[in-house]
Amino acid sequence: MEKVKKKTKNSNVMIPVIAVLIALVIGAIVMVIGGYNPLVAYQSLVTKVFGSVYDIGETIRAIIPLLLSGLAVAVANKAGVFNIGVDGQIIMGAVSSLLVGTLIELPPILHGIVAILVGVVAGGLWGVLVAGLKTKFGINEVISSIMLNYIALYFSHILIKNFAAQEGTARSGMIKESAGITFPSLNEVFNGARIHWGFFLVPFIIFAFYYFFEKTRWGYETKVVGLNPNAASYAGIRVNRIMTRTMFLSGALGGLIGTLDTLGVYGYVAISSSTSGIGFDGVAIALLGGNSALGTTLSGILIGALNYGSQGMQFGAGVPSEIIGIVISLIIFFVAAPGIVKAVLPKKQLHKEEAK
Amino acid sequence: MVANMISGSLIFATALLFGALGGMLSERAGVTNLGVEGFMISGAFFSAIGANFAESMGMGGFSPWIGLLSAFVFTSLFSGMHALATLKYKADHVISGVVINLLAANFTFFLVKLLFDGAADTPRLRNMFAKVNIPILSDIPFIGDALFRSYPTTYLAFIMVFAIGFYFFRTPAGLRLRGVGENPGSIDTAGINVMKIKFWAVMLSGSISSLGGATIVLTTNGNFSFNTIAGQGFIAIAAVILGRWNPYGVMLGALLFGFAQAIKDQIQILDFASAIPTEFFYMLPYIVTLLALIFTGRKTRGPKALGVHYDASVR
Repeated sequence: MEKVKKKTKNSNVMIPVIAVLIALVIGAIVMVIGGYNPLVAYQSLVTKVFGSVYDIGETIRAIIPLLLSGLAVAVANKAGVFNIGVDGQIIMGAVSSLLVGTLIELPPILHGIVAILVGVVAGGLWGVLVAGLKTKFGINEVISSIMLNYIALYFSHILIKNFAAQEGTARSGMIKESAGITFPSLNEVFNGARIHWGFFLVPFIIFAFYYFFEKTRWGYETKVVGLNPNAASYAGIRVNRIMTRTMFLSGALGGLIGTLDTLGVYGYVAISSSTSGIGFDGVAIALLGGNSALGTTLSGILIGALNYGSQGMQFGAGVPSEIIGIVISLIIFFVAAPGIVKAVLPKKQLHKEEAK
Repeated sequence: MVANMISGSLIFATALLFGALGGMLSERAGVTNLGVEGFMISGAFFSAIGANFAESMGMGGFSPWIGLLSAFVFTSLFSGMHALATLKYKADHVISGVVINLLAANFTFFLVKLLFDGAADTPRLRNMFAKVNIPILSDIPFIGDALFRSYPTTYLAFIMVFAIGFYFFRTPAGLRLRGVGENPGSIDTAGINVMKIKFWAVMLSGSISSLGGATIVLTTNGNFSFNTIAGQGFIAIAAVILGRWNPYGVMLGALLFGFAQAIKDQIQILDFASAIPTEFFYMLPYIVTLLALIFTGRKTRGPKALGVHYDASVR
């Protein structure tokens, strides 16, 4: 028994690591075929991530939304709900905090807190909508959340144009200074990298995620529902209520992403023709991290750094940044189909692991 | 105007219909297909490349057909991945679909930049599909304008609905395919290779869906860029669910969404509509989908073994 446990644990860690390596190698091969130098490309990626104080700050800034998105998807996954609608929840959070930030007068700090809370609740309610459609009408959450993504997108355009328009531009007006959640002094230390409250909030959220699922009754109930809703229902757990609660939490994390980016990074919301795609990255990150607090954090950091660094590849080596998108999708592909990784690995190594 | 609206609905519905028929085919064989968007992106890309190549070879008016064919053939690259992951390596069908979407998007945008020196889109095609008037029928007043002056791809899509309907419900092979999606164990017991049926269903699914992307490039857009396919694949999946995995139902679903898209172009001419924000009409197809699902939701039931890995040892 002990041996079996050890083995599964080992391959749990090994598979994602090997998947990342194989994906990077395939990425390099594609670059060679395309006539680029993969070494220069990867080098400029690393330089972009760690090159200067500014880049380090901005890398973390870029990691935060992806990490939170991974956690949002992971929360829902634990309850057996597939939340592909984080994109829509981000938009609802962003536009709600924007409206609070532009239309309401409040003293500094308090203004930021209120704007964040409103955005978080808006995202959560958008998530509850998905849960309601699933539990009340039996609508598959994949379809409903995709529809709600688009509805949120166009709804946000209506809100921005009517309540926070900036004439002649494709974005909203700026939020009031009192609603900002940046640290001007830290921004200077990091040469202008956009450091905001989220930098200090995220560690707490990761810990809360861990604590919720490992140490609380609510978290335990959620996991039971995810493993077997019928058994949970038989044991007296109210499945629908827990799905709704979980989708609120998941949506709230999505909403938080939107508020942090709006209040702490951009100060406005753009009227863009498509959703951000951060939610889809979250699906990948949660899968790669096995829905655990630590795993999702690590994979969020990896994917976030790769994403941010890919801009460097474009500048430094002229390689289209989509190559990193290819690498990321291959990573998920290999993690989702671990059999392929095992088939590629030499037989000997697997036996060695088994012998351990 | 009504005739225009019907004609517009048909044209918008065509791309969705191809996407949805493809998605339906694999789902009927028990393989969840969330990768329709990716297949459509791939189809749009390869049709643009194929048609471009044919143009440079001097094939002129024949080149859109080459585009259509290359979409059909080369999308098997992605459907093959979906089949490999879901059938051989038992990957989660939904995750594999998400990967197909991500990979198809990134791979094609990468290739566009690589092939056309950093450009964001492929060169505009000089030869696209032209509308074809069906002799005699197109001369009927109103109906002729509405139904029988359209692109060849539109006719092809609607012919395909009936072909698949015939295949599903009138041939032994169709019965087997439906059986694989409902109760693969019984099909296996009858001595029929379940995996083979699933494999071909997924492969064909990708190729048919790809024609949806090709349609958009070869009839309306004329080139491929990163926003050529923006969510149509997901609407196609909604049409599959709305049509309850039945080719004729799927056709009605696609027509509904086609109509919702056509209405947003036409309705703004009317006076009363100008007071309503344009975005409301953009939202309309998605709201209609949700409402339609709310009213039919409880009764919708997909193939019984959808998304389940077939394992001969646990029958």
